[in-house]
Amino acid sequence: MAFPHRPDAPELPDFSMLKRLARDQLIYLLEQLPGKKDLFIEADLMSPLDRIANVSILKQHEVDKLYKVENKPALSSSEQLCFLVRPRIKNMRYIASLVNADKLAGRTRKYKVIFSPQKFYACEMVLEEEGIYGDVSCDEWAFSLLPLDVDLLSMELPEFFRDYFLEGDQRWINTVAQALHLLSTLYGPFPNCYGIGRCAKMAYELWRNLEEEEDGETKGRRPEIGHIFLLDRDVDFVTALCSQVVYEGLVDDTFRIKCGSVDFGPEVTSSDKSLKVLLNAEDKVFNEIRNEHFSNVFGFLSQKARNLQAQYDRRRGMDIKQMKNFVSQELKGLKQEHRLLSLHIGACESIMKKKTKQDFQELIKTEHALLEGFNIRESTSYIEEHIDRQVSPIESLRLMCLLSITENGLIPKDYRSLKTQYLQSYGPEHLLTFSNLRRAGLLTEQAPGDTLTAVESKVSKLVTDKAAGKITDAFSSLAKRSNFRAISKKLNLIPRVDGEYDLKVPRDMAYVFSGAYVPLSCRIIEQVLERRSWQGLDEVVRLLNCSDFAFTDMTKEDKASSESLRLILVVFLGGCTFSEISALRFLGREKGYRFIFLTTAVTNSARLMEAMSEVKA
Amino acid sequence: MMNRTKGDEEEYWNSSKFKAFTFDDEDDELSQLKESKRAVNSLRDFVDDDDDDDLERVSWSGEPVGSISWSIKETAGNSSSSHEGREQLKSRNSFSSYAQLPKPTSTYSLSSFFRGRTRPGSFQSLSDALSDTPAKSYAPELGRPKGEYRDYSNDWSPSDTVRRLRKGKVCSLERFRSLQDKLQLLEEAVSMHDGNVITAVLIFLKRTLSKEILFRELEVRQVALRHLIHFLKEIGDQKLLLDLFRFLDRTEELALSHYREHLNIQDPDKRKEFLKTCIGLPFSAEDSAHIQDHYTLLERQIIIEANDRHLESAGQTEIFRKHPRKASILNMPLVTTLFYSCFYHYTEAEGTFSSPVNLKKTFKIPDKQYVLTALAARAKLRAWNDVDALFTTKNWLGYTKKRAPIGFHRVVEILHKNNAPVQTCRDLKDRQQLLAYRSKVDKGSAEEEKIDALLSSSQIRWKN
Repeated sequence: MAFPHRPDAPELPDFSMLKRLARDQLIYLLEQLPGKKDLFIEADLMSPLDRIANVSILKQHEVDKLYKVENKPALSSSEQLCFLVRPRIKNMRYIASLVNADKLAGRTRKYKVIFSPQKFYACEMVLEEEGIYGDVSCDEWAFSLLPLDVDLLSMELPEFFRDYFLEGDQRWINTVAQALHLLSTLYGPFPNCYGIGRCAKMAYELWRNLEEEEDGETKGRRPEIGHIFLLDRDVDFVTALCSQVVYEGLVDDTFRIKCGSVDFGPEVTSSDKSLKVLLNAEDKVFNEIRNEHFSNVFGFLSQKARNLQAQYDRRRGMDIKQMKNFVSQELKGLKQEHRLLSLHIGACESIMKKKTKQDFQELIKTEHALLEGFNIRESTSYIEEHIDRQVSPIESLRLMCLLSITENGLIPKDYRSLKTQYLQSYGPEHLLTFSNLRRAGLLTEQAPGDTLTAVESKVSKLVTDKAAGKITDAFSSLAKRSNFRAISKKLNLIPRVDGEYDLKVPRDMAYVFSGAYVPLSCRIIEQVLERRSWQGLDEVVRLLNCSDFAFTDMTKEDKASSESLRLILVVFLGGCTFSEISALRFLGREKGYRFIFLTTAVTNSARLMEAMSEVKA
Repeated sequence: MMNRTKGDEEEYWNSSKFKAFTFDDEDDELSQLKESKRAVNSLRDFVDDDDDDDLERVSWSGEPVGSISWSIKETAGNSSSSHEGREQLKSRNSFSSYAQLPKPTSTYSLSSFFRGRTRPGSFQSLSDALSDTPAKSYAPELGRPKGEYRDYSNDWSPSDTVRRLRKGKVCSLERFRSLQDKLQLLEEAVSMHDGNVITAVLIFLKRTLSKEILFRELEVRQVALRHLIHFLKEIGDQKLLLDLFRFLDRTEELALSHYREHLNIQDPDKRKEFLKTCIGLPFSAEDSAHIQDHYTLLERQIIIEANDRHLESAGQTEIFRKHPRKASILNMPLVTTLFYSCFYHYTEAEGTFSSPVNLKKTFKIPDKQYVLTALAARAKLRAWNDVDALFTTKNWLGYTKKRAPIGFHRVVEILHKNNAPVQTCRDLKDRQQLLAYRSKVDKGSAEEEKIDALLSSSQIRWKN
């Protein structure tokens, strides 16, 4: 249970400094607007803000009332309004409507907009167009790294995925580069860099530019983290689309972990209250089961329950003095453990109920068949039935995408028929969702041969060879073949197991998917770290359509300690799942590394599908 | 792998590899879990819930009291409620409850550092504004809001300009007047990879170039083009977006973009009229049919809705009296509409718009889908005769036969969910189904006995 780290495992750097930095910067910005003020906060920023500050800190800096930014007129009577928002057009329009309403009423107030993590020119343009540029002052709160756990940093930017992988907008690349720059300023340079994916490469180049411009800042510092690995989400969509069966992933799939905490409803707390619970390494019970396959969790919890019982029972034979000791020293810890234990037991029960109801076993069976590539017909009819019965639209979409990516696209006949049935079951407007999924390469139709699209060939005729090369490149990034089968074979993603795969004693990273599949993303990372390069992986890289986007950069760094060389920062551009985190934690324990995760957001299959969905639930 | 035989598969799924764990039954694991729960619960008497110090206190809405999210809901939800009590609650600080988090005890705050620095104000010196060396602090440029930088030079090269833009500095682009300069600026922005800067340059280009020239240049610059398209979508400049797609000859995107607008139209009649304008658009052949169906569906729904609302309020129709409608049928998916029609209009003649058969024909609903939906609707009404009839077909000699185009276990599931009588299954002469049904009912119940009696009956000629 709960594999301990090897005794030689390196210590993790202390990331709590990032929280202090963000808080101090926010305070500084609030002080830029002296006096009493009302603060309007964007909903998506509330949870991250909660993790680094609280109401009394805001009050100390003369924040009077707090409001949520929403599409309603503000009732604030304050003379100063401060807006804390993501750089989004709709926020600008909201602020403009407030300011313009004030102007119309002949009212003058002070307005300040704080953009987090940065300001976009498009936002300023809207302020200008709405005639309020100059009436509001703008600032940036570069809060882009939130430590959710000792080894997990999140940028809390779920929109990164859609903006880049669907729309091709590179607006967040600079944010990523800035975040990496901050990390190297705080924790020293990274002697070994690896990456795969178009976005990874761009982020890396921009980051390098930043470092060069501010030359010298990280020079002379001892590196604390020996390796950094950047990876685009579209290098491996498959893993992110699978149902999760390690505890933390399952909790995320079932209850949605938001910003490191989860809302357990009455069905879990077995009371009439909901409870917001932080899930991280500090929760001793959770920490021991988070990376476990769900089937192991029960055994662990019941063992824990028995131990707890025994510890309470000890009080029976105690005399007064012993009892006093017990109460003052142990009771509090036991109570805490008791509470956590009953919460997680409640969560397990609720998960079991939900999963049994939705025929989870059948679902997993279909997923495994898709991953292994047999019985495609049967899986297709399973998906069809899912759609016909109007089972969750997101689930149906996810299964279709999994089928498409593992099969290099759907056969045209299946594509048409599944799409028609989907539109009939969930609404015709999902036509738009299908168009999005096709553009992102998540759900495609098998095309006869690799013919150029009409636009592509038209464009190619228009331009010189060099530019045409660039264009074809740009196109292929949008609609590329996934080659999953070939990659799976090359990297041995489906373990050949004779006899039973013992989930209690995992032998490889496949345990996070019940022994059926090694997450592709994690396998790539493992292979590259082993080789310290992409050498020998050319074929895989080509199959991943990343021939131009796989890179290594090693600096001769003799200052790096052997301990730091076993610390690896993995950067997921477009989101990572808890299953991937668990798999890499496992790999780390096996090899004596420790991984640190930096992700644009924690994601799962449902979030990916929702991001592609045109119809908001 | 693709050619595994059926036998192989069975062996595969029956092999011990995946037996470690199932979600199916109340097996050992769940009972183990229940046991643990009992054990933990039995400790409740000892561990009473009086102290909240190690777990946070949560308000009725589930937010930790004192957290920012909680506090905002308070501002929104009250205008005159007791202030005192709230203040008291607010003074409980969410950090104290998130006991795991480090307390905010930074001994020196960075902000105190910055306070010492003079705020760049109206009399900002030129050298100050031009100095490009960033503050060597952990948080570069914190001391000075970026918006207050001014660009005092006109001589920035395109690459210097985009670099300044990337840093968020205000930077005039007006001096890039020749097309060549503008394009060079754009290429610099693209080669730097920062999408925000690319968009900034595009905003300038859009303002200072005619759209034909802009479109022409972007057609061969795909990265920039994607940024412009996304920008136009975000600011809602639908007209220019459609012009762009037209120019690029991206007819399908043009059509989809136009179609997307219907989502913003709430009024059903207006929406219907808008959908009508979409029908002739250059969609793919396949999508054209979907658009046509969308229009027809909404048209039908509007008629059905008006009719049924009238029937319901008149109070003369039994089905509406017994089962009042929970929601309007407008804008619902086709399958939901079919369910609705099977529920309220099952017996109607094919000629009426609201009859299930009419829907089936109009939208070419497959048999399987039809039976599944009708079964669900009729079972919900406990109209067992209808259920029975769904599976009855006459062959060419006039003999009746039982037939189900969907999997038996699905039929059983739906019947069981609606507490269908055992008789319905017997009438289907379906032994397998009955066996499946037996596994769903409680052990030792009257149903089980009845099923057992039926299964052992020699009177019935089972079809399987």
